[in-house]
Amino acid sequence: MSVKTQAARKLVVGMGNEWRGDDGVGLLVARRLRARALAGVTVCEVRDDPTRLLEAWANGDLVYLIDAVSSGREPGTVRRWDVPTDSLDEKVFRLSTHGATVADAVELARVLKGLPPRLVIFGIEGKCFRMGCGVSPKVQRGAEQIADRIERELREAAAAETMSLR
Amino acid sequence: MAAKRAKDRTIQIDYLARVEGEGALHVKVRCGEVVDVKLRIFEPPRFFESLLRGRDFREAPDITARICGICPVAYQMSAVHALEAALGIKVDGSLRSLRRLIYCAEWIASHALHVTLLHAPDFFRYPDGIQMARDHPEAVQRGLEIKKTGNEVLTFLGGREIHPVNVCVGGFFRVPSRAELQPFAERLKRTREAALELVRWTAKFPFPEFELNHEFVALRHPEEYPLNEGRIGSSGGLDISAADYEDYFFEKQVPYSNALHSHLKTRDEYLVGPLARYNLNFERLSPLAQEAAREAGLGAVCRNPFRSVIVRAVEILYACDEGLRLIQEYEPPPQASLPIVPHAGMGAACTEAPRGLLYHRYEPAPDGAILRATIVPPTSQNQKAIEADVRAFVQKHLHLKQKDLEWSCEQVVRNYDPCISCATHFITLDLDET
Repeated sequence: MSVKTQAARKLVVGMGNEWRGDDGVGLLVARRLRARALAGVTVCEVRDDPTRLLEAWANGDLVYLIDAVSSGREPGTVRRWDVPTDSLDEKVFRLSTHGATVADAVELARVLKGLPPRLVIFGIEGKCFRMGCGVSPKVQRGAEQIADRIERELREAAAAETMSLR
Repeated sequence: MAAKRAKDRTIQIDYLARVEGEGALHVKVRCGEVVDVKLRIFEPPRFFESLLRGRDFREAPDITARICGICPVAYQMSAVHALEAALGIKVDGSLRSLRRLIYCAEWIASHALHVTLLHAPDFFRYPDGIQMARDHPEAVQRGLEIKKTGNEVLTFLGGREIHPVNVCVGGFFRVPSRAELQPFAERLKRTREAALELVRWTAKFPFPEFELNHEFVALRHPEEYPLNEGRIGSSGGLDISAADYEDYFFEKQVPYSNALHSHLKTRDEYLVGPLARYNLNFERLSPLAQEAAREAGLGAVCRNPFRSVIVRAVEILYACDEGLRLIQEYEPPPQASLPIVPHAGMGAACTEAPRGLLYHRYEPAPDGAILRATIVPPTSQNQKAIEADVRAFVQKHLHLKQKDLEWSCEQVVRNYDPCISCATHFITLDLDET
């Protein structure tokens, strides 16, 4: 029987393109969480190639990934997937370079047995993905909600670890 | 039915997969003859040359890097070399070596992505890299590891992986110490071993018998496998400097594509990229890369575009070898960049982007503002060669079933690793055979 002696590596990954309107919302959430300087939490950004996600989450046991989605719902609507329990609706993730999406990256990692033990994906519904128009107000409000929610969950995870390590 | 297939057909691919950007392919066959091939690039024009007008010359490397998320270093390198030519500056020594090193990193990352995830699935008839990974996980893992090394070196030298920010006219904003570079030597040594395995893996792919006679165009340098410098050479005897590029090459608009077609005056289509570089510079590869190429069954000249996948793997091996050499010999330069006084001028340069020759030309005003800019990316130059390849391939393989022919046509296009976003400044197959 193994004895757990180390805290889970906690990672927040913001994905997106800050120059393509609401596509920058994942980066926005990551930056808000970075500014909060949560103890034991690493924050990183992936701006383009989703295969980079495999490299990023290789350093995490508990990973939160935030990206914009596009499914026709109300802008700012938040969706959550707990991987591997939930199957991803790949159509809601916007296309990226070489046509690879976050859903592709998750599937590739699954095939290569490179998924982190816990991967939580938050998708925030975007509306405008035009060049240079910034993240729209409704989507920004969704970003704020997600940042608060992730912070709360990370604090709860840290507290639970402290209890179990005592 | 087979006879019908062989006479009149239409191949229409409305959206080419596993290429960068948006394009389509239309092929028309009448009475058993391919009568029309159109590579339609419908990605919108991006007007970068116009965006550059009036901007300070120092902004050009960072603005042009935005043309491509896969090969931003290539744009930065052609930009700085062209502007330095315009301003009469020569960057050499360790600064030159660092530029070559960051370019090696980009080749490693770009080629690894294309060879493993975009091109290799074609040879095994997988729809994508994910499906291939189910049966070949080690190969995909290896490709991702190789790509990671390229990304890491690029991120370190460039300040960040996508659209790096550390390159400037005259040199760099910051240069590394010897100690800072050393960890990457170990990393490149390991990646070189992986690249050797990659060459051996690609050499076993099933390749169709298919050879072409395009004129190969690439830089040539007396001592080096070309990256940043050299004269423009070709298999047809061309030997010119970048300053003379526009005397020999011209661009032409075609109604079905948002990317200008580039032509070599008085000649047929020509080909730039790994195959051209390899064919014109085999003897400049490192001994290890030459040996690996021979072992993989490549001669000093390779005319089968499908085998470009091996050539890219050989170039990854070379880039690791060369990167290692550059790190081992590196001594920090006395200054991160050379001082520059703006003045009026005109300068042109070509460098070797992962996909081939990349031409930039700038005319700065006395105050350093850019009056005119011209950019000719590799995919623009390869459009005619791609169409010629599709035409020749379809003509030779009209016996194939529609689905197989469509698949093969896409593969023919992917042999070139086209970057449509760069060129629009791309693909879907439409075979018309009524």
